[in-house]
This record gives sequence, C-alpha cells and structure tokens, in this order.
Amino acid sequence: MFESIQYWDPAAQFVLFSALKILVVFGVTMGFVSLAVVAERRVSAWIQDRVGPNRVGIPFTNIRFLGLGQMLADGLKFLLKEDFTPNYVRTVYFWLAPAITMIPAFLTLAVIPFGSTLGNSSNRMVIADLNVGILYTFGIVSLGVYGIVLAGYAANSKYPFLGGIRSSAQMISYEIAMGLSVIPIFLLVGSLNLGDVVGYQSGGLHTWLVWKQPLAFFIFLIAAFAETNRLPFDMPESETELVGGYHTEYSSMKFALFFLGEYANMIASCSMMVTLFFGGWTPPWGASAATTLWAGLGHVAWFLAKMIAMMLLFIWVRWMLPRFRYDQLMDLGWRRFIPMALFNILVTAFVVALWQR
Amino acid sequence: MQPSDETRSIPNSIMPPLTDFLFYAFSGLTLACGLLCVLNPFSRNPVTSAMFLVLTIVSMAGLFVLLHAFFLAAVQVLVYAGAVMVLFLFVIMLLDLREEERRRFKTFTLGTGALVVAVIAGLLVRVLSGALPVSRPGPGIEGDTKVLGRILFEQYLLPFEVLSLLLLVAMVGAILLSKKDMK
Repeated sequence: MFESIQYWDPAAQFVLFSALKILVVFGVTMGFVSLAVVAERRVSAWIQDRVGPNRVGIPFTNIRFLGLGQMLADGLKFLLKEDFTPNYVRTVYFWLAPAITMIPAFLTLAVIPFGSTLGNSSNRMVIADLNVGILYTFGIVSLGVYGIVLAGYAANSKYPFLGGIRSSAQMISYEIAMGLSVIPIFLLVGSLNLGDVVGYQSGGLHTWLVWKQPLAFFIFLIAAFAETNRLPFDMPESETELVGGYHTEYSSMKFALFFLGEYANMIASCSMMVTLFFGGWTPPWGASAATTLWAGLGHVAWFLAKMIAMMLLFIWVRWMLPRFRYDQLMDLGWRRFIPMALFNILVTAFVVALWQR
Repeated sequence: MQPSDETRSIPNSIMPPLTDFLFYAFSGLTLACGLLCVLNPFSRNPVTSAMFLVLTIVSMAGLFVLLHAFFLAAVQVLVYAGAVMVLFLFVIMLLDLREEERRRFKTFTLGTGALVVAVIAGLLVRVLSGALPVSRPGPGIEGDTKVLGRILFEQYLLPFEVLSLLLLVAMVGAILLSKKDMK
C-alpha cells in the first residue's frame, strides 16, 4: 500500500508529506503542552516538598500511572466550566485575543528542524525550510504580543489593562535583546537557515554553539523567560499586584487558551534554543543525515529529549526565583542585556574577520 | 547540509495556479483591510483601525513572499507589524480617544486628503508606466541575505548610512523632548 506513494506526482507527494508533518507536529506539541502542565505541577510540588497531583490515573481503574491522568482531568475541567463573559467587555476582541495568543507559538515551530530525514533524503524533517528561518521566527514571535495586549484592552477593566500595557513594553524590550543575542550565531555559521545552524553543530558535543557563544545563550535564555511571560518576569499577570493581569476576566476554555498558549510558547522557545545552541537533532557524538528510518526516528528522539531538558529548566527557574520589580526588568533589558549583546556582536565580528578569512 | 534554495523542495507543477490564487487572495486582503482601516462602517474605534493596518501589513508581506523577497517579507512583519504597530496600539490605548471617535469629516481635511491621494496616485502611475513587466525578479535580489547585504553596504552605502543617521537624530530628539528636566 505504501509503496505506491513513490510513483505519485512529486507535487502530490510534497503536499501529502507536508500535511502529515504539520499534523504530527501539531499533535505532538499539543500532547507536550498538556504534559508540561502536569510536569510543572509535579516539579513544583517536588521543589516545595509536597506530593502534587499523583492520584488521577486511567478512569474507572486503580491504575494511577504517575498521575498522568491529570492531563485529561484538567482538560475536561476547562471544557466544562462555565464560560462567563462579563457584559462590559469589548466582545470581538474578547473572543479574538485567546486565539491570537495560541497561533504564533505553533507558527514558529514550522521552521524548526526537528530531525534529519526518515531514511529518504528528499523528505527532510522540517515543515518549511526557509533561508530566512530565524527572521521568520522573530517576525512571528513579535506578533505574539497582540494576543496579550488585545486581551488587556478587550477586558475593559483596570487590572487587565495594566497587564496588557506591561506586556507590550516588556515583550518589545526583550525582543530587541533576543534578536541582538543571536546575531553572533549567524556570523559564525554564515547563514540564517536553521538547518545550516544544526549542520554547523553536527560534529558532536564540542561543536555545539553554546560553548562558543555562552553570553548569547545566557541573554537568549533570559529574554525567552520574558517573552513567554514566565516567572521571574511574569509582570503582565503578576497575581500579587494585578489579580491575574491580562486574563483576569477570562474563564473556562478561553482562559485555557492563554494557559496553553504560554506552554506552547515555552515549547517553541525551547526548540529554538536547542536548535541554536545545543546541536538540534544531533546526538552528542555527532551525526550526519539519517539513512534509515530508525536512525531518523532516533534523531527526532534526541531533539525531543533536549527540548524536555530545556523545559525542565524553565519549570525549575519558575519555582526557584522571586518576581522582579517592573523597573528592574526594564533596567535589566535595556541597560544590561542590549549593551552586552552589542558587545558580543562586535567581539564575534572581529574574531570572525581575523580568524576565518 | 548545503545552503538551500527556498523553492527547492516545492515541485514546480503546483506553483503557477497556486501562486496566481495566492496573489489575488493577498492583494484582495491588502486592499480590503486598507480600506477598512480608514473607512470602517461598523466601528470608529481607533484600535480596530490599527488592527486592520496590521492585517494590511501582513498581507503585503504575503505579496513579498510571492515575489520571492523572503527577507523583505520577514522584515516587514518583524518591524512594522511586530514593533511599530504594537507601539501605535500602546499609544492609542493609553490616550483617551473618544473625541476622535465622534469626529466627522471637515472640508479642509477632505481637501488636503484628496490632494495627497492625487499626488501619490500620480507618482504611482508614473513609476508603474515606466516599469517593465518581468515574470521573475533577477537572481541578485531573490531573498538572499548575503546579496542584499552586499548591495546595501557597497552600492547604496551612503544612503544607508545617512538613513541610519536620520533615525539616530530622531531618537535623540525624542529622548530630549520627553526629558523635560534634563540639565
């Protein structure tokens, strides 16, 4: 049955494989999002010396299975809660904002090479192999702020509005630091294509760019915390000052979309960091594109393993550090990270110009 | 892994009909959103206008992609839709614009508006009538960042540097205006 596919029109093959890749990436990401929610709760419990949700297993049985049934229980709860719309909200934007928050995270994943091939070199494991991959990513990430700003505006009340205003200032500031921090990577690699960035690091552990550009990684990591609105930078929703920030007025599935959007954004930025600094899909001993199906799946597994490690770092940091003050956040972004990133670009450019010519 | 060409993995047989369809879709979207930005019969809310301007910019980025100007498309979204318009939205949301919502057209505004539109339309007609129809852009500008950088820093170095100086002056001016108590 599957053999007949190779006699198809190449255009039809391309459409079929692209559709398949999109479906699989979407499905796996959604699975990881719900898994990340449970992981967050378990890890936070572990850090705070509690037990955490470990009871819910397979329904109607006694099998607990590490409490992973909590994923289904949480999802069901979000769906079944009352979806309350206050009568003073701006309705169109109130409905639009949660969707706009979710979409950019998934669009970013389109350019990330999550594996080499599945044995057939014409079918690479990336949905869109763009030459301007990283610029595309930053373009999409910069659209992510609209979801939060519009949510704050749509709610038409004070705290969400303050949250929306904070988020737009915060995300724009840290976008600059983030964008500047990756320029040295592309000076070294000589291409904006993420596949080439992985290719540059495919020689093994010692060729990973995190060793050559530790400062860039440091800035990118902290900017990623700010961009995903995670603690220590969750100013737009800081519950001690703003109740719930931009999502104060949201309930049920609309709230869940913000909640899941945060985790989807986390997955997107973790994938980005793995690709840029930790060799993408290559194992620590180095690899070239896979020639068999199993080797290809192994590469995807390496990518996922690295991504999960980064996710755990995100969760760990959230439960270990207190929240920054807003002026501290702005000061850190503009007066520390942007000059540091500029300095890094200058030094890297000199090194590249002197040694690589 | 070799440097790749964007269109490499897309077989040519599906390109022409799809490209035509996408061109009409994106141009239609650009025009419709542009119109709704300035002339929305349903709402006079400035935030709605700003959001339609964002959609206009994004659909224009789509048109750039169809011209194989990938770099330009990405920068268009990144700079205009992602940064400039967010700041616009920021300002609109902070200002209380109820007064603006109620405002009606005046003869003076209509007159100056018509004049500006006429001048821009004249400029466009002149440029478009002088342009030669080409099916594809030359290989030099096809979305390759290296070639684009070379053109910017060799052929157009002086205009490029003058422009960056202009932006710097504007930035210093904005800081000076906003800091009233600067000694």
